[in-house]
Amino acid sequence: MVADLAIEATGLEKSFGKTRALAGLDLAVETGTILGVLGPNGSGKTTAVRILTTLLRPDRGSARVAGYDVAGQATQVRRRIGLAGQSAALDESLTGTGNLVMIGQLCRLPRRKAQRRAEELLSRFDLADAADRGVKTYSGGMRRRLDLAASLVSSPPILFLDEPTTGLDPRSRLVLWGIIRTLVADGTTVLLTTQYLEEADQLADRIVVIDRGSVIAEGTSDQLKGKVGGDRIQVTVAVESDLAAAREVLARYAAGEVHIDGQRRRVDAPIRDGAKAIPAIAVALDAAGVVIDDLGMLRPSLDDAFLTLTGHATEPISPPDQKATLP
Amino acid sequence: MTATLIPLPPATDESLPSRTWWSLRNTLVLARRGVARIVREPSQLLDVTVQPVIFILLFVYVFGSAIKIPGGGNYHEYLIGGMFGMALTGTAQGTAVGVSNDMATGLIDRFRSLPIARSSVLAGRVLADLLTEVLAVGVLIVTGLAVGWRTHHGIGNALLAFGLCLLIAFAMTWVGACAGMLVKNPEAAAAVGFIFFLPLVFVSNTFVPTQGMPAWLRVVANWNPVSAVASACRNLFGNPNPASTISAWPMQHPELATLLWSIGLTVVFAPLAVYFYQQKSSR
Repeated sequence: MVADLAIEATGLEKSFGKTRALAGLDLAVETGTILGVLGPNGSGKTTAVRILTTLLRPDRGSARVAGYDVAGQATQVRRRIGLAGQSAALDESLTGTGNLVMIGQLCRLPRRKAQRRAEELLSRFDLADAADRGVKTYSGGMRRRLDLAASLVSSPPILFLDEPTTGLDPRSRLVLWGIIRTLVADGTTVLLTTQYLEEADQLADRIVVIDRGSVIAEGTSDQLKGKVGGDRIQVTVAVESDLAAAREVLARYAAGEVHIDGQRRRVDAPIRDGAKAIPAIAVALDAAGVVIDDLGMLRPSLDDAFLTLTGHATEPISPPDQKATLP
Repeated sequence: MTATLIPLPPATDESLPSRTWWSLRNTLVLARRGVARIVREPSQLLDVTVQPVIFILLFVYVFGSAIKIPGGGNYHEYLIGGMFGMALTGTAQGTAVGVSNDMATGLIDRFRSLPIARSSVLAGRVLADLLTEVLAVGVLIVTGLAVGWRTHHGIGNALLAFGLCLLIAFAMTWVGACAGMLVKNPEAAAAVGFIFFLPLVFVSNTFVPTQGMPAWLRVVANWNPVSAVASACRNLFGNPNPASTISAWPMQHPELATLLWSIGLTVVFAPLAVYFYQQKSSR
C-alpha cells in the first residue's frame, strides 16, 4: 500500500459482450486531490467508476481504494467512499430529509444522529427550505445537490463523482463546483469524471484523458494544453485586400506557417514570444498600412488538446460565445 | 487517512450476530420506504386500492347479471374469492415497476455502494410490498362486505384464506422483483406486467367458472395459480365454488395447490432475484 495514494488502479479491463469498455486502464489519485477523468461518451469513464466503487468486477487488473482491494475487500472500500452518479439516485417519494436520514441509518447512524446529519447537509447545500418537500418536486439542480449530499452522509474520505453536472444549468453547475472545492479543501479525495473540459480545467489538480478504455494523456491542465503547441497570434483585417500585407508582417514574427482564413479576413500564426511580440506586430501592421479590426493572442484551450489527443471533439459546456478557437 | 464517521470495527472483525442484527435493522430501514410511500403518495396505490373496488362493482353489477354459476349460487359471493386471487397475484406488477424504477434512477447502485448486506435491499422491498398486500386484503374485505359477500365457515378459515393470499403474494413479489431487474425501464415493467397479468387473470376462474371454456383453455385455467387461489378462498369462505366438481388436481386441492405454488415460485424466483441483483448493473 502506497500511503499517499487514495485510489490506485492497474491494468483494469472490462468487456460487455463484444464491447471493450476498459482496455488496461491505469489510474492513481493522491490523497486530498481532485483527479479529473476526461473522455467522450462511451470512453469507459462510468465503467471505471463502477469498478472502483465495487459495483462491477473487472475482467482483469486490480484496484485499491483507501488501501483496500475493490474486489476482495469490498465492504472496507464501501465504508470509505461516497458515490454520486450520473442520475440523482434518490427515492422520489421521500422528502429530502427522508432520503438523507435513510442513508444515514443504513450507514448505522442512530436515528437522532442521522436526523442531525441530514439537517446539517441540507442547510449546507442550500436545501433547508425544501427539506420536508417530496424529492419529486425538486428541480434538476436541487436533485443533484441532494444526491451529492446523500453521498456525503457518512463523511467518506474518498468521493466518486460521475459526471456530476451533466445536464445542469450554468448557475447550478457553479454551485456544485463550489461545493466540490470546499470538500477538497477539507481533505476529501475526489475522482471526477466529466465530458466538459471547462469543468476539468476549473476543478481538477490533475487530468487524465481516456478514450476507448485506456489513458491517452495525463497531466495538469497546462501540461495538456502544452501538448497542442504554444500560443498563436491572430489578426482580423478590416478589408480583404489587406490580407496579403498582414500575412507578410506576421511571417516576420511567426514561429511556423502562417494561416489565412479569407472568409473571416483573418490571419494567424504560431508565435514564440507570446504577448511580448504584440506591440511590435501592431506597429509593423500599422507601418504596412493594414487597417485592423482585431489583434489578439490565442491560447490553446483544453478543447484543442482533447481534439488533438482523441481525434474527436467533446461536447461544449455551453454554446461557444465569443471565445476564440483555433482554426 | 481521514477518519470516517461510521462507528464500526472493520468487517473482518465483525461477528455473525452483529452482522445479522445490522442486516435486519437495514431491512427495516429500507422497508420503511414502503410505508413512507403509502403515507406520502397514496395515488401510487391505486392499483391495489381503487382498482379492485372498480372491478368488484363492475363485475357484480354489470357482468354478474349475465353470469350463471354452475350448481347455483350467488355471483357476489363467487366473485370475491376471485378478486382475492387477482389482487394478490397482481402485486407482482407493483414490485416490478418499483424495482425497475430503483434500478433506473440509480438508487439500487447507491445502496450497493453502501456498506450494507445486499440481501437487505431486496428483503426491505419485499417486506414493504407485503405491507401493501395487507392493505389490499383490507380493501377487498371491506368492499366485499359492502356488496353483500359473507364468509360462512368461521373466522379461522377466513384467516387461513387471507394467509394463503399473502403467501402467494409474497411469492409473486419475488417474480415481480426478477421481472423488474430484467426489463429496461419502469414503463417496460408496467407493460410487461400488463401483458402477462391480464391473460393470467382472465384465463382462470377469477370472474367466470371455467366450465364454459374450450377444452384446451380449460386445462390452462384449471392449472393456473390464480384459479387455485380463487378456489381456495371460495372453499375457505364457504362461498360457491363450482370448480370443486372439476377433476384437475389443483381444483380438487386448491389450498394445497396455492401452498405449493407459493413455495415453488419463492424457491425459484427468490434466489434468482438475489442473483440478478448481484449481477445486474443499471447500465
